[in-house]
Amino acid sequence: MSATAADEVRPDKVLHEESYLREGFTLRSWLLTRDHKRIALLYMISVTGFFFLGGSAAALMRLELLTPQGDVVDAETYNKLFTAHGVIMVWFFLIPSIPATLGNFLIPLMIGAREVAFPRLNLASWYIYTLGGLFVVATLIAGGVDTGWTFYTPFSTLFSNTHVILAAAGVFVVGFSSILTGLNFIVTVHRLRTPGLTWFRLPLFVWANYATSIILVLATPVLAMTLSLIVFERITHIGIFDPALGGDPLLFQHLFWFYSHPAVYIMVLPAMGVASEIIPCFARRPVYGYRMMAYAIFGIALIGFLVWGHHMFVSGQSAYASIAFSLLSFIVAIPSAIKVFNWTATLYKGSITLPAPMLYTLGFVGLFTVGGLTGLFLAATALDVHLTDTYFVVAHFHYIMVGGTVMAYLGGLHFWWPKIVGRMYPENWGRIAAVTIFIGFNLTFFPQYLLGAWGMPRRYHEYAPEYQLLNVFSSCGAAILTLGYLLPLFYLVWAMLRGPRAPANPWGATGLEWQTPSPPPKENFSHTPRVVRGPYVYHPNGPAEPQA
Amino acid sequence: MTDGFDTLLPAASLLGHRVDVLFLFVSILTGCVALAIAILLVVFTIRYRHGSKADRSNPPVRIRWLEVTWITVPLAIFLGIFGWSSLVFSQFHRPPRGAMQVHVLAKQWMWKIQHQNGRREIDELHIPLGRPVELIMTSQDVIHSFFVPEFRAKQDVLPGRYMSLWFTATRPGRFRLFCAEYCGTRHSGMHGQVIVMRPTEFAAWLAAGPARDELAARGFEIYRRMGCSGCHEPTSTVHAPDLIGLFGRTVHLADGTMVTADETYIRDSILLPRKQVVVGFDPVMPSFQGQLDEDDLTALIAYIKSRASPP
Repeated sequence: MSATAADEVRPDKVLHEESYLREGFTLRSWLLTRDHKRIALLYMISVTGFFFLGGSAAALMRLELLTPQGDVVDAETYNKLFTAHGVIMVWFFLIPSIPATLGNFLIPLMIGAREVAFPRLNLASWYIYTLGGLFVVATLIAGGVDTGWTFYTPFSTLFSNTHVILAAAGVFVVGFSSILTGLNFIVTVHRLRTPGLTWFRLPLFVWANYATSIILVLATPVLAMTLSLIVFERITHIGIFDPALGGDPLLFQHLFWFYSHPAVYIMVLPAMGVASEIIPCFARRPVYGYRMMAYAIFGIALIGFLVWGHHMFVSGQSAYASIAFSLLSFIVAIPSAIKVFNWTATLYKGSITLPAPMLYTLGFVGLFTVGGLTGLFLAATALDVHLTDTYFVVAHFHYIMVGGTVMAYLGGLHFWWPKIVGRMYPENWGRIAAVTIFIGFNLTFFPQYLLGAWGMPRRYHEYAPEYQLLNVFSSCGAAILTLGYLLPLFYLVWAMLRGPRAPANPWGATGLEWQTPSPPPKENFSHTPRVVRGPYVYHPNGPAEPQA
Repeated sequence: MTDGFDTLLPAASLLGHRVDVLFLFVSILTGCVALAIAILLVVFTIRYRHGSKADRSNPPVRIRWLEVTWITVPLAIFLGIFGWSSLVFSQFHRPPRGAMQVHVLAKQWMWKIQHQNGRREIDELHIPLGRPVELIMTSQDVIHSFFVPEFRAKQDVLPGRYMSLWFTATRPGRFRLFCAEYCGTRHSGMHGQVIVMRPTEFAAWLAAGPARDELAARGFEIYRRMGCSGCHEPTSTVHAPDLIGLFGRTVHLADGTMVTADETYIRDSILLPRKQVVVGFDPVMPSFQGQLDEDDLTALIAYIKSRASPP
């Protein structure tokens, strides 16, 4: 992996002194930092905490589902577990995961900037995120909430007697952190690109995060309004969603999914960006169809706003609306398909190596493909009637969000870990973890497709006995998956403290972030880089040509 | 452990079989695509591994015919699935004429069923084999969802309006009924079964029920007791819309719009009379919210439906 490491000959001491990690060791120097790289690390610690918190809720659920009877926890606790799992994983892990950690760290580096456009706002975003997180932790301590992460009315407004307002407040608050991060990235990409870095020389990771930021800014306010209306109805008993008060429960679903479907793309577009950096690097080939990839990102972001009704085919919305949403849902699959084909084509005639980041990324492509293809079943109205609200849907979105996004996030963490902490992770452990996660993931979630096709509804504390065998498979897979997720936690932390020092560009990659020391100095670059070519000038048989 | 239940997979309704053909088609198609991509990923990774002697000359930058193919072929396939699926889906929304109507009231956490002759059951639905059955469903509290996996049929059941779901059973037996929309603590306990009987057995079962007034007759009794007849009978001196022949008709409203007088319209007219005022009438009708429960409403609607065509 270190074939091109020779260009890095600086003594360790110099590296150390320049590093952003050495700019201060006090708690204050971290908590009041305006350095996008340090804020990225603050986010990384927070989202990791929430990932394992949300994961332990899932582990308890899988334990409960080993047997058809409810025996580990009671029904109410089970309902609170899946609600906590959904709320935490969606808003406190998946949505901020790649943009707020890798995006925050890398976007200024990739565009040759010293900072994001609004460094103070960036820090404020993390504090707002933390405040939202405290609300959610407070909700859990107070006894939890049992509405499901979807907060469907009128259950959430007038029937649930759990802590709906507290949980909604947490999600409401964390939304502002998303909006501000999105705003920051949009302005950063527009205003702070280094000379020579035209739009079509931007790495696809930047394109993906830029498109994601637009969705964050446009969609998240709708979520904030919707949650406010829930709280309003709960407190005042003025009918908005509850038909007993003259409201309309379908209105809630329309508003909620108008945000939450684009939110799926908030979660997966950055993952596509990560894959588009890693595959060319380890295939030593330019990404196939660069412009097409950028257009596809925007196609997904745009059409993604027009498909929310596919969550509502049996909800009572008009059949004509369902058919229109079905058509748009098929169309949004086209740009996703293009991306999969382009990644595959990038491998053709390459010179492929398989370090951990590449294994994670190939896993991402495979699992995302399965998740996307099973999405076609759900886009087809007549099939969705049978499959919606069953485990088929649970399997589908976990393939996209966990098989897709989490795999890509881990791939990205390994790929940029040398840049972030200045030390290499242990390669063999990285590969073992990638394979363990891939196997554990498929064993956990593939049986859930079958369970769903055979009619097992989701959000079931107890289930009919004929579903047990597949549930046992799924729970065993979850145990393997847990092990797989714990491994990187340990060896990446170990690498941060004890790993061998990383050169500036251990992978021989082309991006600007690799043209500065690892870890980068506080101001990122000693000289403003001047970009002279596109992002992926790799050659299978020779050295890559860096962007600057 | 599957005592008395048929195995899960085979479809047991008319539309269920049509859904299954499409399901099989999409499964095979997506399975092939997934397999093809997996094979390509693996083959490329092995063939072009670092240090292999594979031919890497003239790597393609752009292959236009390939790009056109991989956009148009999936698009054409998607449109095909879309069209096919939409055809089947539209049949879900077109209950056949003369379907046997059954009323379903969902509540936390049970299914209350009421047949036209007044026979009631809880968490069980008996239906005849081979005859279309249309469920007229509403909820007393939160959203539920009526789901019979073997019928491939599912419909959310909302409070405050009536949802319809129809199926024709093609196989006698017992089939699981689930609530598929999360509805609170005992959501997973809100299940039951649909029992499909041969028509003669069903007729006997229906007749053997506890003696109770027919739904429409009970509706007429409520119609008189609550004073509806005082205004709505043709002989009344109060200027109120005539209910004879109302059901299924197009009604012109004071705000210039038109609605079809379906179950939800009649329900709203009783509970929220000012929501949709018929053109040419004063909004003088009082609301009956809180005075009628869901069963009363079901009976009243059944009565109004029974007078759909003038005698």
